Amino acid sequence: MQSFSYARASTLPDVLAAGAQPETMFLAGGTELLNWMRLGIAAPERIVDIGRLEGLDRIEPLPDGGLRIGALVRLNDAAQHEAVMRDYPVLSQAILKAASPQLRNLATIGGNPVQRTRCAYFRSEDKLPCNKREPGSGCSALHGINDRHAIFGWTEACVAVQPADPPVALAALDAVFVTEHRDGGRRIPATEFHTLPDKRPQDHNVLRRGELITAIELPAPAHRSAYLKIRERESYEYATVSAAAALEIDGSTIRRARIALGSVAHRPWRLKAAEERLAGTSIEDRAALRAAIEMSFADARPLSHNAYKIPLAKNAALRVIETAARMPS
Amino acid sequence: MSIGSISRRELMTTTVAMAGLSISPALAQDSDTTGLRFDGQPEVAFRVNGVDYRLALDARVTLLDLLRERLNLTGTKKGCNFGECGACTVHLDGRRVNACLVLAASLDGREVTTIEGLADGDKLHPVQQAFIDHDGLQCGFCTPGQVMSATALIAEGHAGSDAEIREWMSGNLCRCSAYPQIVDAVRAAASNKVGSAT
Repeated sequence: MQSFSYARASTLPDVLAAGAQPETMFLAGGTELLNWMRLGIAAPERIVDIGRLEGLDRIEPLPDGGLRIGALVRLNDAAQHEAVMRDYPVLSQAILKAASPQLRNLATIGGNPVQRTRCAYFRSEDKLPCNKREPGSGCSALHGINDRHAIFGWTEACVAVQPADPPVALAALDAVFVTEHRDGGRRIPATEFHTLPDKRPQDHNVLRRGELITAIELPAPAHRSAYLKIRERESYEYATVSAAAALEIDGSTIRRARIALGSVAHRPWRLKAAEERLAGTSIEDRAALRAAIEMSFADARPLSHNAYKIPLAKNAALRVIETAARMPS
Repeated sequence: MSIGSISRRELMTTTVAMAGLSISPALAQDSDTTGLRFDGQPEVAFRVNGVDYRLALDARVTLLDLLRERLNLTGTKKGCNFGECGACTVHLDGRRVNACLVLAASLDGREVTTIEGLADGDKLHPVQQAFIDHDGLQCGFCTPGQVMSATALIAEGHAGSDAEIREWMSGNLCRCSAYPQIVDAVRAAASNKVGSAT
């Protein structure tokens, strides 16, 4: 690990001023940053510890019926908060299926989406071609071992997937990431936070230097929502494929469906075409559900080792829709 | 186990103490236009197992290396050093965390409990005793982390069923695969209503 200097911030203006300087990174839970520094993925000269900023560790109702989760709320606290469990089961489930209890006591809800891909070439201790590590060096996974990689939205420059679970739930919920920056903050839809590799494959998300997520806002409750995580172990493992659904149902008829897949692209992948087709469909008509899901897979493209992910993702989408439909309204 | 007349532990202790001599006071301070004071060797005051410390540490030092290399508390183990194995699990302000992922610089004003802080004198913590009673270990390397996780799990109220215990112990890997005995130990300790020491 390269040497760096450390400062603990107690006010947001201090954080934003320091963050705008080059070679400066924010430290919240630390569960990613320390490993990036060990692997040489990041080598900041200065670290600003934002872990004790006041006011960012609260969960508060919004006037329109939504919920605001401060960026420094620990994952375990967010998942087990009464309002999150009651009104957004998809988010509670997604968080509790992420990482381990110890990691969730450190990791924050605002830091989690900044997690980077688990692509083994990106994380390699030996330097291998990777356009995310060194732009222009190539993609080792494109013709290498790519069984865990993307089936949507990839380019020859990068075939990595975004691995985090909570952002998949946040995408299905149409959550908004609230940011602050020395030059002004903004509201970023969860569906647009992570970047696809088509323009700048070296990017991970849309955050600018010195921009800090301060809160995540959830719109109206989504009682009939659920998260499904497919993985090679029962617990404490990244997803092979995951799926989040939030439904509005009238009798047995779906009025509105929002579905996002995880670990299939470098961002949570909303199934927009399927969602449109599902409105008006009976939850009991499995053939119709399958036909709707199929519509969102027209542009799925397997790599050499991951064609299995296409049927897996379709089946995960079906199962999560049926699971969400059984949740109490 | 001894090498000549000096035990391995004594040798390590001596080496650590000698290394300690090279600790220098805060260097490389860097005042910034932003009002923050950046420091390559920040001074930190914290408490471990009820003992107060104040040290100047290289900013890169983790809680795990602080415990093992500076405080000579080697019960907390370094397995992967990437937050994957759970061998370094300790309690930070009463919550279980991976010590390898916490910068020591961030500890100012905080309280740590390690495996050395669980027992009451020579009387083992009930979770430690339960691991012995139920053969919850073979080689023992992961055991301090398992015990720290288990005490926290019981205090959190996550010992409601074997499935729940397995899920909430999943952050602690055991390469000897003593998992069934670990679940037995946690279940037994939980039924005696013992919990976190912190």
